[in-house]
Amino acid sequence: MAPRFEYAPAPESRDIARLKPSYQIFVDGAFRDGSGESIKTINPADETPLAEVSEAGPSDVDDAVDSARRAFDGVWGRLPGRERGKYLFRIARAIQERARELAVLESLDNGKPIRESRDVDIPLAAAHFFYYAGWADKLSHAGFGAGPRPVGVAGQVIPWNFPLLMASWKLAPALACGNTVVLKPAETTPLSALVLAEILAAADLPPGVVNVLAGGPAIGAALVAHEGLDKVAFTGSTEVGRTIQRTLAGTGRRLTLELGGKAANIVFDDAPIDQAVEGIVNGIFFNQGQVCCAGSRLLVQESVADEIVTALQRRLSTLRVGDPLDKNTDVGAINSAAQLAKIRELSQSGEQEGARRWSPDCDLPDRGYWFAPTIFTDVSPANRIAREEIFGPVLSVLTFRTPAEAVEKANNTPYGLSAGVWTEKGSRILWMAQRLRAGVVWANTFNRFDPTAPFGGYKESGFGREGGRHGLEAYLDV
Amino acid sequence: MLQQADLRDVTRDDTSLRRFLHGLPGVDQVGAESRAALLATRSIKTTAKAWALDIAIRMVDLTTLEGADTPGKVRALCAKARRPDPSDPSAPSVAAVCVYPDLVATAVEAVHGSPVAVASVATAFPSGRASLPTKLHDVKDAVAAGADEIDMVIDRGAFLAGRYLQVFEEIVATKEACGPAHLKVILETGELATLDNARRASWLALLAGGDFVKTSTGKVTPSATPPVALVLLEAVRDFAGATGERRGVKLAGGIRTAKQAVRFLVMVNEVAGEHWLDPSLFRFGASSLLNDLLLQRHKTHTGAYDGPDYVTVE
Repeated sequence: MAPRFEYAPAPESRDIARLKPSYQIFVDGAFRDGSGESIKTINPADETPLAEVSEAGPSDVDDAVDSARRAFDGVWGRLPGRERGKYLFRIARAIQERARELAVLESLDNGKPIRESRDVDIPLAAAHFFYYAGWADKLSHAGFGAGPRPVGVAGQVIPWNFPLLMASWKLAPALACGNTVVLKPAETTPLSALVLAEILAAADLPPGVVNVLAGGPAIGAALVAHEGLDKVAFTGSTEVGRTIQRTLAGTGRRLTLELGGKAANIVFDDAPIDQAVEGIVNGIFFNQGQVCCAGSRLLVQESVADEIVTALQRRLSTLRVGDPLDKNTDVGAINSAAQLAKIRELSQSGEQEGARRWSPDCDLPDRGYWFAPTIFTDVSPANRIAREEIFGPVLSVLTFRTPAEAVEKANNTPYGLSAGVWTEKGSRILWMAQRLRAGVVWANTFNRFDPTAPFGGYKESGFGREGGRHGLEAYLDV
Repeated sequence: MLQQADLRDVTRDDTSLRRFLHGLPGVDQVGAESRAALLATRSIKTTAKAWALDIAIRMVDLTTLEGADTPGKVRALCAKARRPDPSDPSAPSVAAVCVYPDLVATAVEAVHGSPVAVASVATAFPSGRASLPTKLHDVKDAVAAGADEIDMVIDRGAFLAGRYLQVFEEIVATKEACGPAHLKVILETGELATLDNARRASWLALLAGGDFVKTSTGKVTPSATPPVALVLLEAVRDFAGATGERRGVKLAGGIRTAKQAVRFLVMVNEVAGEHWLDPSLFRFGASSLLNDLLLQRHKTHTGAYDGPDYVTVE
């Protein structure tokens, strides 16, 4: 039956993205073809090619690192903080000025709903530059001693789930502290980082301060192993993070890792139920669940489990899955065929291991990489879907009886990036927060980000903090 | 969730009622505000907008509640209610006119023969500061004069003092005094202050037999804010889930633009559900809203924006 109130399509125009037929790497202040292959980046919502991207080869990595070294020694490392801050403020304003273009571009390349790229990714990216711009001339007051020195040249490898936002998380503190950078965006989502390079060039950032290399895992590996670096920062999978750590062991180069997660979102029986349901939905379906801190394990007190699951199912039925450029879309496309295959495989394992699978009725487009929002109930802690990071719109529901059991189950994971606690009882929030081994604990909210708040993991979720005053430490020689 | 059997017992005495109301899940203010803000990002265009504007007009309780109201003013309002857009016969009439009790007879005569109902505020509106017999007399007067719907106010003082059973019994007595007339229960959420109280007051009114819960008198600020609307819609949704009975929600106060109205319809659709997208279960109490709905409707149909000189002022 047709709904009574049928929302007409409200698509954002794709022309706003100002897509170019081809994109080049950015080395030593200039755009040029890379010595690697030329690949097509595609729109995951319909599998059509968006643009040709010239990828970097090993010689480009050398050039970029050399250029960054020259920029560090010659200009950027000696520039007063006040002057660096001016550049960062200029970059932040330019991101705001081109926000609409960047939002549409991000949704095209990544598959995320325009509502999220417009209201979350791009504003937060600008906010990170604004925030660290303010620190640039105040580093002596950041608690790391008088006149802390930058580290040097940083190699930064970022993931595909928040392409521009992750670039900003990495670049802003590095530049504010006086470091120079070679940045490698993910192979499936290079476009917004290359447009950011245009913004940096237009802001007259001295050549070599930031270099952007498009490329695949081989280029990423070549970059992080490069002997010309002083520091490596990586956000991505735990598996790759392990390899990087092995590579850098004994080299004296610094490393920060922000890796996977299997966060527990813990709902007590005295929680504000309607808001908890929203928080669960936001926790696991935001960005199609392709979030390292996603609340993928719902731990709900057994006495309210049925009520919560019923309310969740009702709420999921109102989620709008489809065209990422439609302003009313809540859940967009999965970023790549490989990621979709992984989500499918793990979901099948959930069924095989005896968990009950549920999805709302929703028509998925014929072309593109799509996966319906999914809830698993009757999940046992031993099931793979309760232990492995799915990185997709799949929620596993487990129950607990007491606060102590909730803590034990929440911590029973190799990961430790984030956790959520839902209760109207303030003392319980504090009690839980002291015991949860996670870098971020959200209370009565989830997936809330702010440049002033440090973010990072425990255990196999990595080490080092990004954001806030703490985020400066990784880029200062302290 | 609540079971029907639980509901029979909760109004037995003050203790049971208090226990029930205080046992309702809390409302997190920050979360409710962000949910309301998220719903407000829906983009309602073209055919969806045309549909929404028409149903919004059909949901309006066209209201005049001034000390300066006269029979002439009320007659003009009724003419507008029957035929909001004289230049376009396809524009639907509104749900009801809403007036003070002494003007009900005038309104009944003026809407005679049309689908427009007459609603009247009663029970010592807007403060509710009178004895129960006086309030009930006020109601009976309005009903005797022909009112189809009664908008009562709850005793906010009693509610805030925790005398829930007193509030409950007043609503029950008012419902009885209404006879066949529909009862809308004004909670005046601006004076109840918290969203927890808005939820408790909603349940109290629904348990007492109110046909609608209504946010505000329009005389107090804040009035029908999006988070308050959210909480009332959740209450009727959950009440229907527990009892199978669908009750209505009326938002009143501060809703002046078509854009606000359409956003509230999105909220109705996604929070309570599409069953509530009907004048029998959802209303806007407003005066200036209607003209903006008409202007936007005309723009949707013709592509041109007329400006305020092209809608009538009563």
